[in-house]
Amino acid sequence: MTTTETATPAAERRLSTSKAMVEAIALEMERDPNVIYLGEDVDAYGGIFSSTTGLGKQFGPDRILDTPISETAFIGLAIGAATEGLRPIAELMFVDFMGVCFDQIYNHMAKIHYESGGNVKVPMVLATAVGGGYSDGAQHSQCLWGTFAHLPGMKVVVPSNPADAKGLMASAIRDDSPVVYMFHKGVMGLPWMSKNRRSIDVVPEGEYLVPIGKANVVREGSDVTVVTVSLSVHHCLDVADELAGSGIDAEVIDLRSLVPLDRQAVLDSVSKTGRLVVVDEDYLSFGLSAEIASTVTDVDPGMLRAPVQRVAVPDVPIPYARALEYAALPRQDRIAAAIRAVMA
Amino acid sequence: MTATTSNPGTLSAQDRQELYATMVLSRTFEDAILREYHADKGPGFDIGKGLVPGEMHLSSGQEPVAAGVCAHLTTDDAVTATHRPHHFAIAHGMDLNKMAAEIFGRTTGFGKGRGGHMHLFDPDTHFSCSGIIAEGAPPALGMAFAFKRKGGNHIAVSVVGEGAANQGAFHESLNLAALWNLPVVFVIEDNEWAISVPRSKSTAVASNADRASGYGMPGVTVEGNDVEAVHAAAGEAVRRARAGEGPSLIEVRTLRLLGHFEGDAQGYRPELVEVPSWDPIPRYETVLIDAGVLTSDDVSRIKGQASERVETAITFAKDSPEPDPADLLDNIFADSALDNADSALDNAEED
Ligand SMILES: Cc1ncc(C[n+]2csc(CCOP(=O)(O)OP(=O)(O)O)c2C)c(N)n1
Repeated sequence: MTTTETATPAAERRLSTSKAMVEAIALEMERDPNVIYLGEDVDAYGGIFSSTTGLGKQFGPDRILDTPISETAFIGLAIGAATEGLRPIAELMFVDFMGVCFDQIYNHMAKIHYESGGNVKVPMVLATAVGGGYSDGAQHSQCLWGTFAHLPGMKVVVPSNPADAKGLMASAIRDDSPVVYMFHKGVMGLPWMSKNRRSIDVVPEGEYLVPIGKANVVREGSDVTVVTVSLSVHHCLDVADELAGSGIDAEVIDLRSLVPLDRQAVLDSVSKTGRLVVVDEDYLSFGLSAEIASTVTDVDPGMLRAPVQRVAVPDVPIPYARALEYAALPRQDRIAAAIRAVMA
Repeated sequence: MTATTSNPGTLSAQDRQELYATMVLSRTFEDAILREYHADKGPGFDIGKGLVPGEMHLSSGQEPVAAGVCAHLTTDDAVTATHRPHHFAIAHGMDLNKMAAEIFGRTTGFGKGRGGHMHLFDPDTHFSCSGIIAEGAPPALGMAFAFKRKGGNHIAVSVVGEGAANQGAFHESLNLAALWNLPVVFVIEDNEWAISVPRSKSTAVASNADRASGYGMPGVTVEGNDVEAVHAAAGEAVRRARAGEGPSLIEVRTLRLLGHFEGDAQGYRPELVEVPSWDPIPRYETVLIDAGVLTSDDVSRIKGQASERVETAITFAKDSPEPDPADLLDNIFADSALDNADSALDNAEED
């Protein structure tokens, strides 16, 4: 076959979020022999949500390690290995399983650097799948990023699209602090789950880093600021496109990380629009949505021309039945209603 | 560790027919769920679509464990099961209609559609299950503790997979159950696989029954996925527990006939083509027919009755109402006497 066709320009190469994440891990593993990946079903299976597809073949079982179902042991192992100079990525299959291993995470991974007066570093990534929307019930559908962000000592990144998944993973691996990398099943672009069209998108080739702690204005607008993360970014963009037709010009901010939180991006936008809607797939109370609202009111409540609207999971375990789950999650209908309410 | 062998001498023809019928009922139910689950997942396979959405972990091939253990239980005994709970739920006598309805997410289900197939709770039969690996073991201790304190001789059975036997909660539970001499039977369903990870890659010892001695309790292995051998081993463990002699551990080498969950292509599983030939139900059927315990008429009668009950349950589920989103926030907290006391107080203040 002759190769007369013009190659796709590098800038337009499209990947799913999971492939972009895997690409970042592979590049970092080639670059640094201290990077390893360990977790359940990460070798032959390639990760239940395709977080490690092909890595086992490429790097072998010394660097891509299937573990027993012993999260305390293998996450703790990653912590110890990190303090001795490796750069492990430990995968907690679903964030909901944090309950069985959380002591290692919040009392050890997150505190060692501080307790040691900065003398001991824990350069590791805790990668974990989050989110619902496919009837997986109360123990397999949570986001829980607010819980991690509440506890000091961990960076918390939450990519929403393929390019960010790549760039944030590379930055997370190179970071000298522990980074919790939370990927939503619904943005991975999996063939067996319904997906938003934006979960397969352009991804830069080669080395690509996205700085941790910089929000992204994914849609500029002048009437209302919509602050969100992860899968909800896609829903908010859908709604913003739809509302543009009825004369509402929404600005959508993808925070990309909860820790560090880019408060300035929120303030800049709200000082322009005067209206704030926060959309969060985590539980409503004591979480991200209140944190964003107080980011504004702490500085100047007078910026707001209307009360803040919060769209989140209303403090109820995620139900199984579809009609109930859809009512609990911040889906397009609830987001649109909140934007309309703040504009009224 | 002692490997038990089957001992048909102690089982009557009726006992043996009942073990067979329990396994058939469970398989019939799961075959129907399999059919309904895949009926409307297309085009392609979308896990969130259809009348039965979400993850689906079927227990086909593991029926001998549930039938052999639950034959010794009454519905006053407790069972804590796993993410793969149907065979134990059925063998323990849970209502098929309510179970099907829960799997279809309907208001008539055990959890009124809030739980789903991994979260079946039935106070009438003291049955529960969890989707978090090994986390059913600690509550089983508490059920046994409560039974012991109330008097009587009811027991709790904690079921886990061999993958779960590497989880801290499992080991802590063995120690505490033995220390406090609780009436618990720990059952490990060793189907060789934890999703894609075989036991040989996850477990430092060749047999999980060996771990029992480290916690001061007897441990036995049942080889061959043999329902009568399970029945024999469970009989002794249940007797011990009821007699106040403390917990025991039973490891059963069983078979995951299907993928870990529906949609799992099982590319990691070298023995895949052979698996269907290891199905324990036709094998037991042959044993019973050869022994003159079962005739082909019995077989058709048992299968016919099972399928009638199952199809009734599926129809019941499909005809039941879906939950109303307006009820989303119901049942987060119990209606408690305290709340009533509060309102009584409020009333008193108003008076
Ligand atoms: C604490 C925890 N870790 C991981 C999982 C994900 N997971 C679900 S089932 C499973 C394998 C369980 O294997 P096993 O205990 O042998 O039971 P089987 O599935 O073979 O019945 C895993 C890892 C989970 N549900 N909970």
